[in-house]
Amino acid sequence: MEDYLKIAKNGLWDNNQALVALLGLCPLLAVTNNIVNAIGLGLATTFVLIASNTTVSIFRHHISKEVRIPIFVLLIAAFVTIVELLMQSYFYDLYLILGIFVPLIVTNCAILGRAEAFASKNSWDKSALDGLMMGLGFSLVLIILGAMRELVGGGTLFAQSSLLLGTLGESLSISVVDDYQGTLLAILPPGAFIGLGLIVAVKNFIDLKKP
Amino acid sequence: MRQVIYALVLGIGAHYYFFGWGVFLQIVLAVAVAIAVESTFLRIRKFPIKPAISDGSAILTAVLLAISIPSIAPWWLVVLGVSFAIVFGKQLYGGLGNNPFNPAMLGYGFLLISYPLQMSTWASEFLSLPQTLNVIFNSSPVDALSGATRLDTLKTQLALGKTTDEIELYSVAQMWINAGFLLGGLYLMIRQVIMWHIPTAFIMGVVVMASILSLSNHQFYIPPQNHLILGATMLGAFFIATDPISASTTPKGRLIYGFLIGVLVVIIRTFGGYPDGVAFAVLLMNIAVPLIDYYTQPRVFGQ
Repeated sequence: MEDYLKIAKNGLWDNNQALVALLGLCPLLAVTNNIVNAIGLGLATTFVLIASNTTVSIFRHHISKEVRIPIFVLLIAAFVTIVELLMQSYFYDLYLILGIFVPLIVTNCAILGRAEAFASKNSWDKSALDGLMMGLGFSLVLIILGAMRELVGGGTLFAQSSLLLGTLGESLSISVVDDYQGTLLAILPPGAFIGLGLIVAVKNFIDLKKP
Repeated sequence: MRQVIYALVLGIGAHYYFFGWGVFLQIVLAVAVAIAVESTFLRIRKFPIKPAISDGSAILTAVLLAISIPSIAPWWLVVLGVSFAIVFGKQLYGGLGNNPFNPAMLGYGFLLISYPLQMSTWASEFLSLPQTLNVIFNSSPVDALSGATRLDTLKTQLALGKTTDEIELYSVAQMWINAGFLLGGLYLMIRQVIMWHIPTAFIMGVVVMASILSLSNHQFYIPPQNHLILGATMLGAFFIATDPISASTTPKGRLIYGFLIGVLVVIIRTFGGYPDGVAFAVLLMNIAVPLIDYYTQPRVFGQ
């Protein structure tokens, strides 16, 4: 039990892929201009992480050491294709917005990193949990960054929720500040870097405060 | 730092003569915000507050930013800009002496990218104190009293296909403002507050690049003499590029640094999306400073 708790804490906080390992920054910085995009990409990444971690772990004794990286990539690519096709059929508008960043999940170093560093050495149940926790930790950062950028950039939260939830989502959209002119910088790439830097700083600050 | 602020008086005076009280209001507001933000941040960082405020660096940053933005900009613009400049441009890097970028220009760049509309609406005539107060704090409509700068207009006109012979290349107000900053800059040079390298090289860069463009096709490109008296050329050359912290530190490096800023200013003005290029040119060359310094180390005597 203690092992599992440790895996969870590792994925969500201590070894958070976005804040500590600083992996997978390309999609992290590119699609976080609002919460809905962030949730979409976070869910997709989490699904791929769980699936690839589990499969890699199950087949870890049959994969020869010399060619393990290409095989991991093939496995990850297969799951990304599944996610891409699913999104294309159920969330077509969101799929169009995320665009190239869905297929690019294949090259997300966080996923390959977990396959190599964890799943190829541990049992399948631990690997699945590790995938889930790493994915959730990554999604959490995506969502916080998305919320920050959306709020500062346009004064809204959960805009375009209908892309994810259909008609139910339309009522979710909140306009926090009325008559807000918008701060373009937060929506543009520099805003993503500044925002991520601030989140990393807050995390380090909290870690330093702890004895 | 205090000498630099005194030297700005002539340019600010010219600004007042043509566009009214706005410039003073912006400066007062900016300085107040700068002192407040700087002391708050120093208190959080548990640093002594008094020496950092009395060295005048935060005040200079605020003054430079205040005279760079339109004098009729709404009050929140200057508050945001100065806060960004002090917090993100200076304190987060570790305070005075550690910032790789010119804080005032970082604040200006932030404002220009985020609020392009407010940042390109300039006063077009002398505004009295009540008028200015109304515009800055009530954000009352100012269409009749405002417009784009001469550089901005020139660019739009050239993009529409007009040639330089057909349009007004000249602005009396901007010429006098630039002259004011030139005189103030020369005073600083005589008092040896700033070295001659950067301003001279900056102006050379502007003249060389503008001449090349103008000689290649004088109908499409603004001639060099007009580049010198439009926009923020003189302010940039003498007061912004010479910031001792973010500029190059070796004599040869200063020449390269200033010259390339001048070249970039003309390139950004001519081909870029924004009307003036001084801020982005300075920021771009700030990034290059470590490289320039590395390759222009003077040889130690005797080696």
